[in-house]
Amino acid sequence: MKALVKATAPAPAPAVAGDAPLPVTADPRPSGRQRAAELLQRQGVLAVLVLLCVISSFVFDSFATLDNTRGITIQASFLSIVALGMTMVIVTGGIDLSVGSVFALGGVLAAWASQYGFLPALLVPLAVCGAIGAFNGFLVAKAGMAPFIVTLASLLGARGLLLALTHEGATTYLVPRGSAFKELGSGAVWGFGYPVLIALALFAVGGLVLQRTSFGQALFAVGGSGDAALLMGLPVARTKVLVYTLSGLLAGLAGALNAARLSSGVTIIGVGMELDAISAVVIGGTLLVGGAGSVSGTLWGVLLLGVIQNLINQIGSLNSSYQSVVSGGFLIVVVVAQRYLSAARRGT
Amino acid sequence: MAPPEAAAAQSAPPGPPSPPPAPGAVLEAVGVSKRFPGVVALDDVSFTLRQGEIHALVGENGAGKSTLIKLLTGVYRPDDGELRLAGEPGAFHHPHEAQRAGISTIYQEVNLVPLMSVARNIFLGREPKNRFGLIDFPRMHRETAELLGGFGITADPRRPLHTLGIGTQQMVALARAVSVQARVVVMDEPTSSLEPREVETLFRVIGELHERGISILYVSHRMDELYRICDRVTVLRDGRLVHSGDLADTDRVRLVSLMLGREIAEVRRHGATSFGEGHTADRQPVLTASGLTRRHQLQDIALELHPGEVLGLGGLLGSGRSETAKALSGALPLDGGEISVGGRALRRLTPSAAIRAGISMLPEDRKAEGIVPGLSVRENIVLAAMPRLSRAGIVSRQKQDRIVEIFMKRLRIKAAGPEQKVGELSGGNQQKVLLARWLCLEPKVLLLDEPTRGIDVGAKAEVQSLIDDLAGEGLAVLLISSDIEELVEGADRIVVLRAGAVAGELTGDDVEENALLAVLAETGDSDDGDSHSDFGDSTDDAGEAPEAEAEAAAGPQDAAPGPLTKTTAPDAPPESAAGTGTGTAAAPAPPADGEPQSTPDTPGGAGSATAKEDPR
Amino acid sequence: MTAAPYSLPRGIDRPRVADWLQRYGVYAAVAALLIFNWIFTDHFMTTDNLRTQLVQVSPVVIVALGMALVIGTEGVDLSVGSTMALASSVLPLYLGYGLLPSLLVALLAGILVGLVNGSLVALVGLQPIVATLALFVGGRGLALVIADGQLKQIENQNLLDLGTNSVIGIPIVVLIAGVLALLVAFLVQRTTFGRQLVAIGGNRAAATLAGLPVKRVLIGVYVLCGVLASLAGVLATARLTASDPSSLGNLMELSAITAVVVGGTPLTGGSVRVLGTVFGALLMQLLHATLVTHNLHDSTAQMVQAGIILVAVYVARERRSR
Repeated sequence: MKALVKATAPAPAPAVAGDAPLPVTADPRPSGRQRAAELLQRQGVLAVLVLLCVISSFVFDSFATLDNTRGITIQASFLSIVALGMTMVIVTGGIDLSVGSVFALGGVLAAWASQYGFLPALLVPLAVCGAIGAFNGFLVAKAGMAPFIVTLASLLGARGLLLALTHEGATTYLVPRGSAFKELGSGAVWGFGYPVLIALALFAVGGLVLQRTSFGQALFAVGGSGDAALLMGLPVARTKVLVYTLSGLLAGLAGALNAARLSSGVTIIGVGMELDAISAVVIGGTLLVGGAGSVSGTLWGVLLLGVIQNLINQIGSLNSSYQSVVSGGFLIVVVVAQRYLSAARRGT
Repeated sequence: MAPPEAAAAQSAPPGPPSPPPAPGAVLEAVGVSKRFPGVVALDDVSFTLRQGEIHALVGENGAGKSTLIKLLTGVYRPDDGELRLAGEPGAFHHPHEAQRAGISTIYQEVNLVPLMSVARNIFLGREPKNRFGLIDFPRMHRETAELLGGFGITADPRRPLHTLGIGTQQMVALARAVSVQARVVVMDEPTSSLEPREVETLFRVIGELHERGISILYVSHRMDELYRICDRVTVLRDGRLVHSGDLADTDRVRLVSLMLGREIAEVRRHGATSFGEGHTADRQPVLTASGLTRRHQLQDIALELHPGEVLGLGGLLGSGRSETAKALSGALPLDGGEISVGGRALRRLTPSAAIRAGISMLPEDRKAEGIVPGLSVRENIVLAAMPRLSRAGIVSRQKQDRIVEIFMKRLRIKAAGPEQKVGELSGGNQQKVLLARWLCLEPKVLLLDEPTRGIDVGAKAEVQSLIDDLAGEGLAVLLISSDIEELVEGADRIVVLRAGAVAGELTGDDVEENALLAVLAETGDSDDGDSHSDFGDSTDDAGEAPEAEAEAAAGPQDAAPGPLTKTTAPDAPPESAAGTGTGTAAAPAPPADGEPQSTPDTPGGAGSATAKEDPR
Repeated sequence: MTAAPYSLPRGIDRPRVADWLQRYGVYAAVAALLIFNWIFTDHFMTTDNLRTQLVQVSPVVIVALGMALVIGTEGVDLSVGSTMALASSVLPLYLGYGLLPSLLVALLAGILVGLVNGSLVALVGLQPIVATLALFVGGRGLALVIADGQLKQIENQNLLDLGTNSVIGIPIVVLIAGVLALLVAFLVQRTTFGRQLVAIGGNRAAATLAGLPVKRVLIGVYVLCGVLASLAGVLATARLTASDPSSLGNLMELSAITAVVVGGTPLTGGSVRVLGTVFGALLMQLLHATLVTHNLHDSTAQMVQAGIILVAVYVARERRSR
């Protein structure tokens, strides 16, 4: 009975007084209310996103234009790639705070390596950022250290590495004119930039990986119950190392793409990006405690943040800092709603 | 300690350094030892699991059962000795190596992923793939349904596991274990959280496994189960092997005496607890509860507690004993009901309100809900009383020290001093610290939920006599215990719960085991317990066996070697006869009964109704 | 008879070393750094330099004290940097009424932040990381909105004095940090609130069943953390002589968490090491100064800082695992 309670309470420590053992005998068929709660939890963000877009397109003439859509998507594409990796990490019950620094490092490395050609510009950041991710994963999985603090250290370490590479930020590497690498950031199909298309492709693959491969199942299992996953013979440590490596790779890739778009390795970007990514993931319905989540939700979460930012820009009179106020407020609403929705789903 | 008796001595000595592999052995441990800092969990233990047998592994708390299982299944590696699989030396470095070698384990608490679906849980790590290398869900769901159907379970493979009853979850775990082409299935107290009917289903499945020639290592505290299904038995005590042999050659009392290391006469002697005679209670109740109701858990429970009495609260697993105690202490929100202390109704039901009114509760799970391991003995004792021992929010060390000294002396808490961390104490001393925490509040009512579970014998006796003294001093005590003997001898009066409601009350001369069992067994849906249940109250080594033994009394009734043994014995004679034949010249496997080939192990609907859902 | 499984005397060497390191490592490291600099660095062990180091570390110490309390309850507060910015942004608005009213308003901002965080954690039951993430994101935005995205010079002499003046040779900022450290140490060690806080971090279920006012204490802890952060924001503003909500307190949450962790407070709650936290902050500051005076760059300093965090946490982990 205790095991069941522990098991069915994935939400963060509920008030202890209410944490009574669930009856073994509770009717296990989901009630209508539970179904509704589940639907809302899964698709709520999408509904809000659609609603917001519909309303905005009536209110602002310039919102529902192709140009604006292109703008929003290209803005969102970099964050979305980072958030994709973050989603996988969070599904395992972990967190990766280093992605912002790794994103910036990836950009600097790509810009630096672009002088040697297209492939180095892509592979160097992937290799270094993947290694940082693997390092995180190793410390989390093998040394049993808290992901929060390990990746916090990597956040500092990666930023330090970036500063060392750029002579304390004094040097900004530029992507050479006419480099094929530059095309990766600025090229477009029907006006939608390559980064957007790459992000979409990655999300499609990411969705398949998460839902339809053994690795994806292992991610859910590790996040849902690490002990059980271990006892069931899953390669828990390897899964963790892999997922942090993946997160590092994706953050590095996003940084490289961003550098290609800006045609330079900007040193001061990516600060606080990890928290934006976490916000997007959480808004997208992935549980921070692990064991449940979806890639599509994260995509909607990123887009929602992008649309909010776009709308605040549309209201020209508003200070751009309103964006973070709104995102912060929205985050509170979402997490509080999720808390109650998952309680409703459990029928308590 | 009593010297080990002859029988133990005869089988205890370790074999020669490298004995030849036993014939028919599937899995062997040869002279394995495992040490943890400060304690030897297993000391030179040899163990053989033969092809196709059901082997019982028994022992008291801390005997080393869990450690042995973890060694056999690759969770731990032995410090000394070696493991052999089918005669070949081998070692598992990881649980999945053991699984690949055909050793599956079912743990006491269901070890699956609750948020994932039934099918995903069963196929986790070896999902069927389609030609694109992606998981083939239709096939996975189909095969899951077939697999579960084979066990007589109908559950939607798509349902998240946590929405199923605990019994069904256990069956899913079993299905998973079996579906990996297991040669050996290790079951660690699989029935501890099952309803009697679910136990029947489990036994039926075990019977099927047995027929397929799969070896089973079965750990349980329940004598009935062991004698019903097991062929051989291995007894561990204090990390050492004390006995290994045919179960049929070892009668219950002897088995128990081997486990406890006590003389048979001593075990037989009735009245092993340290309770004295009854108490004289006041007429006026100090605590009155009426209409305590909580959906699915408690139905209209009414209780009265008088100063100076020990009221026992009896019942089987899930009967609502702990919930009642929690409700009385304000820790369980109620849908309805009233609690009054000394005639004054409690308006708000929270732990702090209950404490202020004079109700203290010793929670069941000492580790999770009791001690704060990182704090000192002193701070753990004064935790609840802190506001009273301080002025204007500032703690008074003098007042604390005085209280702590008194209680450490009175309860004979063995610690290096009041500043030692509680996490470093033994279970019994931790329990005393918790008792001190509640007693220093000078409560009027003390609710004790399994006060002696998982503590050593000496501490147990001390706690029991303390309960006696407290009642003698006029405290009203509510005692919950799954140890029937303790309950009967400790309580002046017993209220029996069933399915969250009061099922009966025993007073005066009726407070004895048979009467209690009669009330427990009153309705047909839950069979009564056996008189040996008092040996089943030791928690497992892991120390986390909530409710595990609570149902000890709920074991199936038929104490005689049950029908299952009959069916399995004739079906699998080649292997098991070969196995036992080498061990002892006599005895062709378990006692052969009549009814060859009969499969009446699931009389009536018990088997087919199965673990689908709980009845309540 | 048999020992219960968790009564094992724990004492093989590695854990003991780890235990010692976690307890005293931070002090030893600070001492070692000071000795190193005394020998190898010119003009380091001078009163002036040491005073500068202390002044610079003071805001971090103040924030870290609050963070230590939160971490003691097995929580974390990511919003402290934003809270500093928020306090800094409201400060100039009321300076016209004098220092005290504006100071109170700034502290009120901290209280409000703490109330929101605490309520989300204690009443709604959110994970602390998520609960405080919202105000991390929103808090700085709000500060920028309030300040209209602009840097405001501080003209109020009283406030500026707070940042620059000294009493008996000790800068006021350092004095405040010192007094606060003593107060927090007293709070943790000698008050019911402090002991309850530690018990809640050590075993929340047990604390609830023991009738402790868990929710109240948790909210109180986050409020205290918010107040301390806002005070640090005020002092940092005074030192900067300007209110700059866009950069003030950036990455402060990381510095504070680092100081707490390096100081030996476990992230798993149940213990608060106040002196360790102060020395943790001091260690990071001295380390940074040492590296810089030896012509090593910020980049190296950051990487060394990362290494130290990892070592500190690894040591804590080693100690926990029997």
